[in-house]
Order: sequence, then structure tokens, then C-alpha cells
Amino acid sequence: MENKNKSIRAFFSGLVKQQVFIPLAALLILALFNLIMDPSFFKITLGQNSVGDPVLNGYLITILDYGSELAILAIGMTLVTAASGGQDISVGATIAIAGSVILRMLCGGQTTTDTYQTPLIVAFLVAVLASMVAGAFNGALVAYFRIQPMIATLILFTAGRSIAAWVNNNELPIVNVDSFGYFGGYIPGVPIPTPFFIAVICVVVIALVMKFTNLRLYTQAVGINESASRLNGLNPEFIKFISFVILGVCVAVVGLIKVSRLSTINYSVVAKDIEMDAILAVALGGNALGGGKFNIWASILGAYVIQFLTTTLYKLEVQSDALPAYKAVVVIVLVVLSAPIVREKLASISKKMKTKEVA
Amino acid sequence: MKKKVLASLLTVAMAATMLAGCGSKAEAPADAPAAEEPAAEEPAAEEPAADDAAEAPAADDGALIKVGIINNDPNESGYRTANDKDMKEFFTEANGYEASFAYSLKNDEQIAAAQKFITDGVDYLLLSAADTAGWDSVLQDAKDAGISVILFDRTIDASEDLYEASIVSDMAKEGQTAVDWLAGQGLDEYNVIHIQGVMGSAAQKGRSGALDDKVAAESNWNIVAQQTAEWNAEKAQQIVQSVIDSGKSFNVIYAENDDMAKGAVAALDKANISHGVGKDVIVMGFDCNKWALEELLAGNWNYDGQCNPFQAAYIDGIIKTLEAGETVAEKVVVMDEKGFDASTITQEDVDTYGI
Amino acid sequence: MKEKSVLEMRGICKSFPGVRALHDVDFTLCEGEIHALMGENGAGKSTLIKVLTGVYEKDEGEIFLKGLDKAAVIRSPQDAQKLGISTVYQEITLCPNLSVAENMYIGRDEQKGVSWKKMNANADKILQTLDIPAKANRQLSNYSIAIQQMVAIARAVDMECKVLILDEPTSSLDEQEVEKLFGLMRDLRAKGVGIIFVTHFLDQVYEVCDKITVLRDGGLVGEYEIADLPRVKLVAKMLGKELDDMSDIKTDTIAYSGDDADTKIFEAEGLQSNAGIKPFDFYIRKGEVNGFTGLLGSGRSECVRAIFGADHVIGGSVKKNGKTIKIKKPIDAMKQGIAYLPEDRKVDGIIGDLSVRDNIILAQQVLKGFLHPYSKAEAQKIAEEYIKMIEIKTASADTPIKSLSGGNQQKVILARWLLTHPEYLILDEPTRGIDVGTKIEIQKLVLKLASEGMSVTFISSETDEMIRTCSRLIVMRDRRVVGELGSDELTQNKIMSTIAGGDNNGK
Repeated sequence: MENKNKSIRAFFSGLVKQQVFIPLAALLILALFNLIMDPSFFKITLGQNSVGDPVLNGYLITILDYGSELAILAIGMTLVTAASGGQDISVGATIAIAGSVILRMLCGGQTTTDTYQTPLIVAFLVAVLASMVAGAFNGALVAYFRIQPMIATLILFTAGRSIAAWVNNNELPIVNVDSFGYFGGYIPGVPIPTPFFIAVICVVVIALVMKFTNLRLYTQAVGINESASRLNGLNPEFIKFISFVILGVCVAVVGLIKVSRLSTINYSVVAKDIEMDAILAVALGGNALGGGKFNIWASILGAYVIQFLTTTLYKLEVQSDALPAYKAVVVIVLVVLSAPIVREKLASISKKMKTKEVA
Repeated sequence: MKKKVLASLLTVAMAATMLAGCGSKAEAPADAPAAEEPAAEEPAAEEPAADDAAEAPAADDGALIKVGIINNDPNESGYRTANDKDMKEFFTEANGYEASFAYSLKNDEQIAAAQKFITDGVDYLLLSAADTAGWDSVLQDAKDAGISVILFDRTIDASEDLYEASIVSDMAKEGQTAVDWLAGQGLDEYNVIHIQGVMGSAAQKGRSGALDDKVAAESNWNIVAQQTAEWNAEKAQQIVQSVIDSGKSFNVIYAENDDMAKGAVAALDKANISHGVGKDVIVMGFDCNKWALEELLAGNWNYDGQCNPFQAAYIDGIIKTLEAGETVAEKVVVMDEKGFDASTITQEDVDTYGI
Repeated sequence: MKEKSVLEMRGICKSFPGVRALHDVDFTLCEGEIHALMGENGAGKSTLIKVLTGVYEKDEGEIFLKGLDKAAVIRSPQDAQKLGISTVYQEITLCPNLSVAENMYIGRDEQKGVSWKKMNANADKILQTLDIPAKANRQLSNYSIAIQQMVAIARAVDMECKVLILDEPTSSLDEQEVEKLFGLMRDLRAKGVGIIFVTHFLDQVYEVCDKITVLRDGGLVGEYEIADLPRVKLVAKMLGKELDDMSDIKTDTIAYSGDDADTKIFEAEGLQSNAGIKPFDFYIRKGEVNGFTGLLGSGRSECVRAIFGADHVIGGSVKKNGKTIKIKKPIDAMKQGIAYLPEDRKVDGIIGDLSVRDNIILAQQVLKGFLHPYSKAEAQKIAEEYIKMIEIKTASADTPIKSLSGGNQQKVILARWLLTHPEYLILDEPTRGIDVGTKIEIQKLVLKLASEGMSVTFISSETDEMIRTCSRLIVMRDRRVVGELGSDELTQNKIMSTIAGGDNNGK
């Protein structure tokens, strides 16, 4: 009995040390909160959409749907954070560019189209290329010109949406093809939102990349100690650069989901402020925003937690322009908790409690 | 030294991106000629005032009227894009104008642009101000320089003496027209999801005001949810999704622009809630985007309120009046704005009024 | 206080958590004297200066200044300035965007309300009397570092400083500029200013100083007239080896005896990097252990960094087995079979947050390539093998390296490079800051590796270590190679006199 108790305690203290503990704890708190406020939050119903296909409905499905966009961005943002010790604040604007490119390709320069003017895959690949170029631009500024990531990406943050509008000559193209809506909606016959499957694909891809390459080791090494990495034969500049390019790919995928949701785009508001949520996901995942060691899975979990928070706030009918204020509170709590001085304090408190227990 | 290099690089990089940004503007006139022919007729067909304008250059003996046009960023919204396009297509040499354009969403940059236009010696300054305050001194300068100022779309907090005329949309009237239309639908009960624009903007205030008043006055009008989606379709989709997930019933979506109405409809479609003419939920939008009017035509939406971006012809009328030495009768010119009902809209309406 | 002294520091003690930085140190500075403060890094020079200038507060001791009848209270740099103690640092602390005159008067509240014209005129007058070629109204950044330093000195002179501290002022100057600076220092000496000169350039000390105070390990070694202390003795004092006490330690190594034992495996000619060393020639034979020696800052690390491509190489060529190779960055050197254990373990060596395992495999993993990662099991096996082989004390291979002791961190880095099976291993201060037992283990390991045919360059501040391990020493002073000692010349005396160099060679 005693042994069992001990092992359970060891399990929990081990869990507390794990990085995923932070987003997991946040998730539990949110879930508990909703359970107390209104258990129907967790209700999921199977219904039909207007075309007659089966779809699942409920807050949890909404979280799965929108959280997946964030999860995809969190993958890239985690790598950028780890390698460069800074964040890319231009992802929202780059999503606008990627989305705009997709629409431009699909519409072939017209304002509306009922058929794909370019094969979807080509349109998507061109968008991937475009946002990789944007990522490369950011990455070059950060890695080779040694500009602070926030400052470097401020350029595209400011100019990106104008570029996106320019791609389509300020038109707002509309794609009236049913299958285009699948990416941000549902594939006929599958009741789970497609963005979730896209996120799963991205997660699998990055997991494979991390298994079969040294991406994780190199990125961490560069993020922790650039000088030592260089002396071990790494090229820190290139690794930082490539992390921004990878983020570019993630951005293009989210761009596709975004434009698919409404089959059109609004340059000035599409994916607005999404970079803040993506950065928050990385922070909530317990990753140091100053770079170094990272845990992508914790970031991805963090992304869904952020969406959980957003959806909860929507449910409480908090004014959507007040959402950032609530998220700011979360950021403050996180930042304070991760400050070394607080951690030391907490560690000493828990030590004291332990010694008391022994006594 | 290192810092200097960085700084200059940054400047170059920014200049480069600015160029890319400017490219969008430089591009637009290049494309304009192709689009011009059909579009030039648009305001003409629409507004009788334009007829005079078309004849104007012939009457004029070749001297072009110099106008400096200060507008908001055309990327801001579909409305602004249409407005800018209208201006660009109207104030051409063919119509007897030499026009210069400046764009900014920031008041101080707009004021700087105004000062530049005054120095350049334009005849007319056409202004859609980003902010209502801070214009007194620069408009006084314009007046002293003998430049006539005409405001369009946005009003400012300055003495009326400083400008010749102000051409505006009456947002409150737009809202009232829409609410009156909705009241005319004769539902037993009105359960409204009210999706607002950016809080505090003129359009939001005007369009919300009419609905708020009506809800306060009538016992069978209820607000199910009232939230701002900041003109953003995705946010509107999430707001409506949240209402659907909560299981509350509603039968009207009152979205303060077309984008948000579209987002709302996406959420309805996902939950298989029927909407449009003769269906469960009435969908209302504003701005009359062409695609939105097409939704009306297809019966998917019920109502769309116009916010008229075609101000060039009105402005032209006023300039013509002033050039003829007459005075403008009304300082504030409120443009005609319609509301379209899905059951009566025609393809011609879509082509004429869609932006 | 003595009659002529301007500054007396008595019994100064200063401790930091875990370190006793200064212990009972006396220091006396006289009027019109240039006084060198000498000691290896960590000897307590900068702590003493910081105590004097109010950056640190002393734990114990007293400071007396001329004209004060009781001990001075210095709690902040402002206090020090008011008492006539001025410091000019290696890094210019002036504002490059302001004019020369503005820099001379900025932050001096007694100058309130002075007109610009008057300020410029005053500044020009001082610059003229000190013979400094700068104009008061020009922007400071127009001038070279040397002139900027002189302006800083002029500022100090104008504040009527009695004690002028020059902290490594010459490290970024060329020879002519150094001469100019010395001229200025001599002028000030003639005017009665007491100057404390901190430097690690021995030649400069003997050129310009009157007295030397030597510190070692936070304690005072002694104060000497320059004429009484030949260079070799100075070096001995700094290193803490009394000449007579030092006995030669014979090594009992079995030298590598392969057929190719005489092959020069790596050769460098006229190699020069941007780290400020003069071009040098170098070679190493197969199975040989050689070393770079010289005081800290003499350029020995920079030499091996140039060979490894760690600094930007700006001239010279490198040959491997007689064939010219290109080494532009560390990975090039690694591919040629060179390994480099850097001098600063924390900054250049360990990847602090990563595990011991990842730290061990890092270099070999990079050599294997991006697309060929070790599996976790392979990595674990390798890590355990090396942990056992060189006895790294760690809880597990998963422990972050930063939680290991210094000596074990160093062993991990050593394991990292041994794993790459290098032909040529460069060890830059591998034994610094680690316990004696580990030191000897590392020395033994070096000899064993060499006897198996690996070429090793071994750098250490401790001469006896070098004698024990190396068969040939390259001696450096003031960033150039000044000599080479073969195995029969490797005695403490000989090494020290070669390090010291100059006319005062130990007799």
C-alpha cells in the first residue's frame, strides 16, 4: 500500500517536472472550469450540414477545428523560437500572402470562378513557395544580418497584407468550387473537421523529420550555445535561416485552411493576430521564448489549450475585442511563472514542504 | 559601426518592402485602362450628375483641374477598394482632371500629404480623413492658399467654413432602413444574433444604433448574442458557431458588413441551419459587395444595405458648381443609399450596385 | 601616509559568494609615477581597481588619499571621481556621436551653465597642452580609438585627477598609437599625476613603468622597482613559481614509434587570423605532443583557433601530409581529422541544457551528416561507453551537462572529440579549473593517445604540465611566436626566460 502511494507520488512529481505538465495543467483547469459552469460544454452531437453530410457539432469540435490551425503554426514557431531565440510576428500577414496566392492561382486572375483555373495542388505548391520565400526573407535578416527576430519580421508584419492585396490587384476573388471548401470544412462523409486531419498530417511529417534527421539536435544546440555549435561544425546561421523557411511551409498550410473556410479572403483581417496565439502556444508549451531546448508536442498541446480558452471566452460571450486582454492575463501568469526568480522560490517552497512531510 | 550597417540595411530592406507595397498602387493605374470602358459608364448610368461631367471636358478649353485626393488605404475593405477605383476612374484627364493620390490610414500621414498638395498648388483638395480631429490648421492653410476642400465619406471636427462640402453616407439611416425592412418581415418573434463591426467606428455606431433602439422598444425583439467581430469573417463564424454550440435558438443574423454575414452563414451551413428567403434564419449584411448581392439573388441571404462608395460623381457636381462661380446649396450632401431585398433584387441591380 | 604618495590602500579584502577575490592587499601609488599592476587573470587586478573606483564595496581595509586626513569613503564611481580618481577603460566609454568637447564635459555638474563657445575653447586649450591632435568641436567618432582614449584621459586630467587608472588601454592600439599614448603618460607623470597601468604586455611595462605591484590568487606578492625585477622574475612571481624551487620533472612516456613518426602531418605557413595575431608558422608530427606557451593574452589560443578555422583566417596556408588543404570553418577542419577542445568551456564547449549523451555525440553526429542521425539506442550505447572509458561522473547519460562539475564537463567535451577519432587533437587549457586528480588523468590520456599515433597540441597555463606532456614548445609573447624549445630545452627556467624575453633575460 505504502509502496503504491510512493509510486503514485513519484509518478506525479515526475509529471510535474515534464514540460507537457504546463499545458496539461492549463487544459485541466479550463476543462474543470467549464464542467462547473455548464457541463453541456462537452456535449457533442452528430448532425448534418446543409449539403446533407454528417458532421459533429459541439464546442469540443470547434476547438479541434480552429485549434488545428494554431497547432500547425506552433510547429514552425517552436523551431523558430528554439533556433533564433525570438519569434516571427509576421505569420498572420504571410498567411494573407499565401492565401492570396492560392486564390490568384485558382481563379486565374478573375474575380470569381466555378472551376479551378489551375490544379489545386499546383496552386498550393506555389503558395508554399511564396511563403517559403517570405520565411527566407525573415530568416536571412535574422541569421545573416543579425537583426532581432521581432524587428526583422516587423517588416513583413507591416507590408505583408499590402503584398497580399497586390497579388490579386486588390480584388477579392471567390472560388465557387465545392471541393475547395473541404480543407477548412468537412470532407463529405467524414464528420470530423478537415483541419484536424491536416494538423495530424503535419504532426506526423514533423515527427518523421525529427526521427530521421538531426533537426532537433542541431536546432537545440544552436539555440542553447551558438558559439559552441559553430566549433562543432554546425552552421548556426543556416539553421536559424531554415527554421524560418519551415515556418513558411506551416504558414502556407494554414493559409490554405483559412481561404478554404470562406472560399475568399479579406486581406486586412484574415488571420489577424494569429501570430500572438501561435507564440502563446509555444510559451504555454513551456518552451523558453529565449530559445534552446524545445518540445514540439507541448507546443501543439498548447495550441489546442489556447483555442480551448478562446472558445470558452466566446461561450461566455466576452466581447471578441476584449479577448486579447484575457489572453494577456495568461501570458503574464506564464511569464511570471517561468521567471527564474519565481521558479527558485517555488522550488524552495516545495523543498520545505517535502522536508516537513518527512519530519 | 556594426550598428550603422544594420541600421542602413534595415532602411534598405524597409524601402524595398515599401516599394513592393507601392508596386500595388503603381500597378493599379496600369490595369485601369482595360477596366475603364465598362466601369466609366457605371457612375454615369447610376448618377445623373455624371452626365454633366462627361460633357465637361469638351466645354473646358483644355485646362485641367488639379485635384489632390487623400484617401484611406484601398486594402482596408472592399468598400474602400471600390471607392478608390471610382475616384481613379473618374478623375482622369479625359474628364478634365489632373489627379494626385495619397493613401494612409494614419491621420498624421494624411495631414502631411495635405500639406504637400497645398505646396504643389492643387485647385481642390478631396479628403477622406482617417481621424476626425486635428485638421483645423492644415485646412486653414488650404483656405489661405485659395484651395477648396471637399470632404468625402468621412466628416471631421472642424469649422464648416474650412470646407466647401461634405459628401457622406448616413450610417444611422442605413441602419434604420435595414431595421425597418426587418420589421416589415412580420415575424412573431425576432431573436437576433447581432454581429458588430469595430466598436466605435461610424458604421458600427450607425448600424447598431437603429437595431438597439428597436430591440429596446419592442417586446418581441430579443438579442441572442451581440458581439463585435471587428469586420472579420472568421470571428463572425466563431461567434455564430458558439451560439449554435450553446443550443440557443435564433432567427435573424444582423451582420454589420458582408464579410461577417458570410462568416455567419458558413457556421449556419456547417450546422445545417437553413437560411435565406423563406428559410429558418434571415441573413442581413451591409456594403453591397457584388458577391453578396449574388447571394441575395440566389436567395441565400435576405437583405443587403448599401453603403455607397461612388462619390466621385457627387464631387464632380460640386466642383462644376464652384467652377461656374455658384455656391453649393448644401454643405452636407447625403448620398442616396438603397437596401436590397432578396425577393426583389435583379441581375441588373447586382451589376449596377455591386462593388 | 608617506610623504610623496597620493594613494595608499591598506589591507583590502573582498569576497564574493564562494570566492575570496582579494585578501589583505596593500597598494601604494606615488606622485609622478607610472605603476604597473600585474597578475594573471583572476589574480585580483580588476577587483582591486573596482574597489578603488567604487564599483565594488570593500569588505575590509582602508583607502587613503593625499590631502585627506582620514580614510576615504568610496561607495560609487561618482565618489571616486570627486576624490580625483579617474579611470580609462579598454572599451571606450565615451559617446561617439557627441563632439570632443561635449565628451570632455558631459556628466560633470560643476560645468552647469557654461557656454558652448567657452566649453570648446577650454577643451581646445587642454588638448593643446597635452599635445593631443583633436579638435574640440569635431565629432568624437571621427578619431581613432587611440585619440578617443586620449580624449578620455584629457577629460580625466581636466577633472584634476590625482590618480589615473588605465585599464588595458593598449589592447586595441597599433604600435604607433601605443607610442603616442606612452608620450602622453610620460607628460602626465611629469605633471605629478599618479598613474596605475594595467596590462598584460610585458614589453610595455618595462618601457614605461616605474614600479610594479604583482598580485596572485587575490593576494599581494610584492611591490618592486622596475630595475630590481627582471622579466623572468616577474613572470615567476605572476605564475607563483620561485625559480629555485622548480625542479624538472622527467616524463616517462613511451613515444610513438611508427614508421611515419617523423612525418609532418599538419603544417601551417604564415597563418594569420582576424583575432590579432601576427602570422606564424607551425607544424606537428605524427604522434607528437607539442604545446603553445606564453602568458594569457599572448595569442596562444588564437593560434590554435586559426588552425581549426574557429577565427576568420585572413592569410597563410595549411598542409596535411604535404598537400594543401582549405580550412575556412570548423567543419572543414573536422573533416580533415582535427579536433579542438576550446579554452572557454562554458562559452565555446558545452551545450548547457542538453544531456551528456547529446553533448558526447554532437561533433561526430555533425560529421555523419544531417540525414544520418544516431538512433537513441546507438547514442546511448556510445555515451555509456565513453562515460565508462574516461570515467565521467554523471547520474546518467540523460543528465544535462550543466549540472556536472567542471572536470566532468571537460571530460564530456574530451569524449566528444575522441569519438570523432581525430588525427590531430588540440587541447586548449583542458585542465583549467578542474581538480588535481582529473588533471593528471587528462595528462596521462594525452600521452597515451600520442603513443598510439595521435598528434596533440596541449596548451596550459601551468608550465610543469606542459613539461610533463609536451616534447616541443612554441613560445608566444605579445601575439607573436618568439621561440621554439626542443625536448632538451624544456626546463622551467628556460621556458620562463623565453616567455619573458627582452633585455632582462634571466641570468
